[in-house]
This record gives sequence, structure tokens and C-alpha cells, in this order.
Amino acid sequence: MIKKDLLKITTQKEIATNIMEVTCSGSLVKQMTEPGQFLHLRVDTSDDLLLRRPISICDVDLENESVTMLYRVEGKGTSRLSYKREGDTIDVLGPLGNGFPLEATDKGETALLVGGGIGVPPLYYLSKQLKERGVNVIHVLGFQSKENVFYEQEFSELGDTYVVTADGTYGSIGYVTDVINEKNLSFDTMYSCGPTPMLAALSTIYGDRRLFISLEERMGCGVGACFACVCHVVGDESGTSYRKVCTDGPVFPVGEVVL
Amino acid sequence: MNRLQVELPGLSMRNPIMPASGCFGFGKEYAKYYDLGILGAIAIKATTDQPRFGNPTPRVAETSAGMLNAIGLQNPGLEGVLTNELPWLHQYDVPIVANVAGTEIADYIETTAKLSKAENVHAIELNISCPNVKQGGIAFGTIPHVAAELTKEVKNVSDVPVYVKLSPNVADIVEIARAVEKAGADGLSMINTLLGMRIDLKRRKPILSNGYGGLSGPAIKPVAIRMIHQVSQAVDIPIIGMGGIYTAEDVVEFMLAGASAIAVGTANFTDPFVCPTIIEELPALLDELEVDHVQDLIGGSWKQCNVHS
Repeated sequence: MIKKDLLKITTQKEIATNIMEVTCSGSLVKQMTEPGQFLHLRVDTSDDLLLRRPISICDVDLENESVTMLYRVEGKGTSRLSYKREGDTIDVLGPLGNGFPLEATDKGETALLVGGGIGVPPLYYLSKQLKERGVNVIHVLGFQSKENVFYEQEFSELGDTYVVTADGTYGSIGYVTDVINEKNLSFDTMYSCGPTPMLAALSTIYGDRRLFISLEERMGCGVGACFACVCHVVGDESGTSYRKVCTDGPVFPVGEVVL
Repeated sequence: MNRLQVELPGLSMRNPIMPASGCFGFGKEYAKYYDLGILGAIAIKATTDQPRFGNPTPRVAETSAGMLNAIGLQNPGLEGVLTNELPWLHQYDVPIVANVAGTEIADYIETTAKLSKAENVHAIELNISCPNVKQGGIAFGTIPHVAAELTKEVKNVSDVPVYVKLSPNVADIVEIARAVEKAGADGLSMINTLLGMRIDLKRRKPILSNGYGGLSGPAIKPVAIRMIHQVSQAVDIPIIGMGGIYTAEDVVEFMLAGASAIAVGTANFTDPFVCPTIIEELPALLDELEVDHVQDLIGGSWKQCNVHS
């Protein structure tokens, strides 16, 4: 049975413009073993915020039952979440969804982790676990601008890390695909999370490789019941086949769903 | 004696709580959260004769105390529901309310005829109020004689009682309610969502790909209560009440308005455990209100003899 629990916030701070890092603890954390899964947060019990907010798991300390999430302050829900302080609680449902397959990459192989913007956070927990399994990890992290860059240091401690910004104010200029090309990065498996155009570009270029992508979609329930976050299936001529991002995903092998 | 037990045509319910159609899939998802056997009934997602993918995304948008949806009746179709969904639900001793939608009278007839023969389907909910499909749906629910005609045809082929799900997007809901009652409806369920819209300021386009969508959640609760209050005094058939129910207090309010049972919709999305929570909290609330049996609440806001002294 999936559970919900009140987690207690231990720290919350802004780590880049509008990017918050919140760490909270509780016994529910014990279940958060799979990188790429998400937590469904009920920010508060007021009537005007009705839906939960899906936030990816960035890092987990199982021993201390502590989970870290990064999110961008974007609307009413994330804004109110950002006001919470140490000692406040959050109603957390999860972990939900299917995460990144660690077993897709063998010991000694190389994994290229490609993140864009607020799609970067789940790659951190993934990278840590891959490294623990003896996988070489390389990271390519794309951001809009210098002020949006986060976790460069954290990723660097795990493996080579390349930062690229769309406006060239930090790292190299351009897109993640440019970096992979220019640096001629080779890999056995690619794992990616970020905006759909980025995932589509990677899927086009590396569609015949071992590639797993994590999608983001506006969700209702997050548990698979409301059919808000569905996508079409590649090669389905009937047009009625579907995958739900919340329960079938958010991680899919390349070529399974229409982007 | 089970003080939460309610009896409606075709539905012997251990408590008046059922998840609302479209907010609970076909049950499998929520079975990961709790034992569905505790529910009074389960209203499954609308079924059409053929499988439907529904509308493009985005399909939902949050609003103040509510949400808009335009899913577009996505479902695996009649055969899919009969072969995969209903047999799975059979493991629970809970009556199933099968919601039927269509684009033409013939679709409704075929789907109802087959679904109503399924062993665990104890009632049909006739969906003539979905605001999110181009054809059919709400078109059948806004003109009294059209709604009545469809009700009659469906009643002719159904092996189980038929509840007609009414739309609030009408000038006079009492008129529609009376028309379908006269046409043979065994009960009503109300209200479906209110048609609404949100616009993205930067793109100057609707947030929902469908443009408009159905508003649900606490925002529509007072409208639902008012309509149930009106309709329950105008008809003799029972009402399954719905529209923004989140708490045991809401359940009591809907029953006082005139509902005989209630359905919980949007609240399942906010809290997947909301139905078991309400069921658990209801007895203590009845104690507090000095009500022996939940049935004593029905229509309590207008029935003279039921006023507690």
C-alpha cells in the first residue's frame, strides 16, 4: 500500500534565482530508494490550493530518513511552499511513478546524464546510485542563464560535469546537444530529464541508443486515476493507446511515447 | 444495525459514500491505497461503445477552490471494460455504478444493454452532462424532452436501475429532473461539473487545450446543494449528491439538502484517502448532531417532520 505522511522540514533555502532546496525528514523516506520517482506534495490544507504538486526526489539520506527536493518557484503552490521554514510540515504522498532503471548500465560502463533546468534535480540521486554501482558518470547540465545554475559542485564531485547556458553567461553557450557534440562525449547509457523540446532533440539524435527520458506533464491526481497526464504511444495506429506520465512514467525508454 | 447503511434502487450501500465517476478510474489505482471493500459503492469511469483517447493535454487547470478538467471521456471502450475492468472489481463486495456515455442514442443503448448484464453492475449512471466532448454528452442533458427520450430508450434495455446524471449548465434543472423521472429514471445523480475557462496571460490562449472545461471542487458545492435542495422536493426518486464534497460535514450537508447518498470526486485527487477518512469520521459526526441513522438526514433541511427537537 502506498502511504502519505507529514514530513518535517529541516532546511529550506534559495540556491539559485527562484530555485529552492528543501530538505525534510520522516519515516516515509525509507521507501524512497528509486531515483527518478517523485513526491506528490499538498502544500497546505487551504481550499484554494486543491491539487498536489509533483516534485522530483533530488537526494535521499536513508540512514537519517531525510529527503531533498529542488523546485522552481513558479506559481501559487510553489510560492507558498517556499515560505515554509524549519519545523513546518508538508503532506507528502509517495514515492510515486517509475524511476530510472539502474540495471540498464553495468559496472564499468559509462552513463551520460543530461539535464535541463528544473529537470536536473532527479539526476543527482541517480548519479549517486550509479556511481555506487561502479558506473562512470558524466553530466551535462543545461540552464537558461548564469543566475539559474545550481548543483554544479555537487555533480562535479561524482564525475565530469559540463554546464551550458542558452545565453552563454556561464559555461559554454548553446544547448546540451551542442556540448555532447563538441566534447565528443561517448556513453553506454544516456539518462535525461528536462523540457520536452530537449528530450525530443535527444530522442531524435540518440533514438537508437540506450536512452531513458523523464517527462513532465501537468498532473491531476498523480496516482493514475484522472487521466490528465496521458501521452500517445509510438506506432499506435488506433490512436487510443496511452501511457500515463504519473504511473507508467515519468521515466520511459526512448521511442515508447510520442513527445 | 449499521447506522450508515442506505438503500437506493439497485444499490444496497454499507455507507452513503461512493467515489464519483471519472475521479476513480476503474478502481485499480486506489486499490494501492486502501481496501476498496469499505466503500458504499463505486462509480466507474464513463464507458463509451468504442475506446476513446480523449482530448489533447493540458487537460486540467487549478482554479480557486476548484479545478477545471477536459479529459474528454478517455476510456478503453465497452469491450475493454467488460473484459478487463469489471472482472477485476469483482473481488470486492461493492455494488458498481457504471457510467455510460455516447454520441448517439444507439451508442447509449448498446453500451447500457451490455454493461447492465455484468454481474457486479448494480446500476447505470446515464451521462448526459459531460461538457468536454464535441458530440453527445451534454447535448442530451440540456433539453428536457431529449433527455427524457434517451432515458426511456435506455430504461428499455437496462437490466438494472438507471440514474440520470444531471448537468448544472441548464436554465431550469427541476424541469429536466421531472422530465427524466417521468421517462422512467430510477434515480438522479447531480451535479456534474460547471462549464468554465481559464486563460494564460502571456499566450492569450485558454490553459486547457479544449478551451473550456468542467469546474469541480469546493467552489461548486453551494450550487450543488442548492440544486439538490430544489430537485429533491420536486421529484420522488432518490438523488446521489455530488459537487465538491471533502468532509463528513459536507456529506451531512448534502443529505440534509435531499441527497440519499453522495459521491466524492475531486477530493480523491487532493487526498487519495479521503473516502475512508470520511467513512471513518461520519459516525462521530452523527453522534455530535444526535442523529441515530444517516438515513434520517435525507431532506432534513426541508422535511418538516424530520426537524430534530
